Amino acid sequence: MSLVSDIQHRDAGFVSSPGAMMGDAHDFWTLLKPRVMSLVIFTALVGMLLAPEGMNPVLGFASLLAIAVGAGASGALNMWWDADIDALMSRTAKRPIPGGRVAPGEALAFGIVLSVGSVLFLGIVANWVAAGLLAFTIFFYVVVYSMWLKRWTAQNIVIGGAAGAFPPMVGYAAATGSFSIESIVLFGIIFLWTPPHFWALALVKSEDYARAGVPMLPVVAGPSATRLQILLYTLVLAPFAVLPCFMGFGGLLYAAVSVVTGSMMIRDAIRVYRIREGAEANKAAMRLFGFSILYLFLLFAVLLAELVLPLPGLGAISSMVGI
Amino acid sequence: MNTKQTPVPEERPVDAAEDMRRRVRSRSTALGLVLAGLVLLFYIVTLAKLGTSVLIRPL
Repeated sequence: MSLVSDIQHRDAGFVSSPGAMMGDAHDFWTLLKPRVMSLVIFTALVGMLLAPEGMNPVLGFASLLAIAVGAGASGALNMWWDADIDALMSRTAKRPIPGGRVAPGEALAFGIVLSVGSVLFLGIVANWVAAGLLAFTIFFYVVVYSMWLKRWTAQNIVIGGAAGAFPPMVGYAAATGSFSIESIVLFGIIFLWTPPHFWALALVKSEDYARAGVPMLPVVAGPSATRLQILLYTLVLAPFAVLPCFMGFGGLLYAAVSVVTGSMMIRDAIRVYRIREGAEANKAAMRLFGFSILYLFLLFAVLLAELVLPLPGLGAISSMVGI
Repeated sequence: MNTKQTPVPEERPVDAAEDMRRRVRSRSTALGLVLAGLVLLFYIVTLAKLGTSVLIRPL
């Protein structure tokens, strides 16, 4: 099926009676995936504050707003494209489009307008390097991940996870007009965090994904292979997340938090690997899923605190090891 | 005499119309607030980009 006919098919699939679809403001807000937006704002802010030269607070706030709206726009476009499979999964069946409250065409127009607007606004407010990277992030999430990888390969969230990892780089680029190794390390942390986070959820929701025909790893390779992959990614992630200490932008508090919470991530990943049957297996997977959110939040919160507050020890470890 | 009344079926369309009005009002209010916010944002961003010296000029 060509892309154009596929798009027409999508629009036809959910429009039963045009008058019946009148989403309110909350439905359109939901299309923006507000929880994902809040994480994007948070990580982009850390990237922005990493910049050696400060940014005008007003322009910094406006840039963060543009990045958040761009992320929300890509969420709306994702919901437009995935409405058919969202309708088949319990976790997503009540979203505005499968729920029949917003027409697919409305979501598409909403997403496109916000995408274009956010990129142009970021270009004018900050610079065109950041705007270009934001545009690429939206393209990557909507076209590369949603339209291509998600329904094609079990590695969908590994490669697609890059879209969620770009915000710190966009934030840094907004402040400086360039990239740095520090912002790339932050990208790497989120990139490595994404597979164990989503695969833990996919282990529990694998029937949903199978029903929708989404080739998530537990569906394609089975739970055992998924548990092993979760453990391997976590074993790489935990030491990688300590890197900021050795590069001078994470202090002693970050070192302590990243080591302790990284160890807890590994402990939970081992539990997921070892407990394979019954309710306890699902419990272990959901525990890892939940803790992974707290883990990423804590890493970035401590980095933010060390950048903003006069906490001692910033750069202490990198000095000790002579980097 | 039994005065108990059965529910009036015609109430449903009225509820639907009221619900539709509420949704339209919600969308319109949100759009208005967003547009007002954008006006304010563009004004403040313009000042920040150009600097406050733009206000000090001979008239």
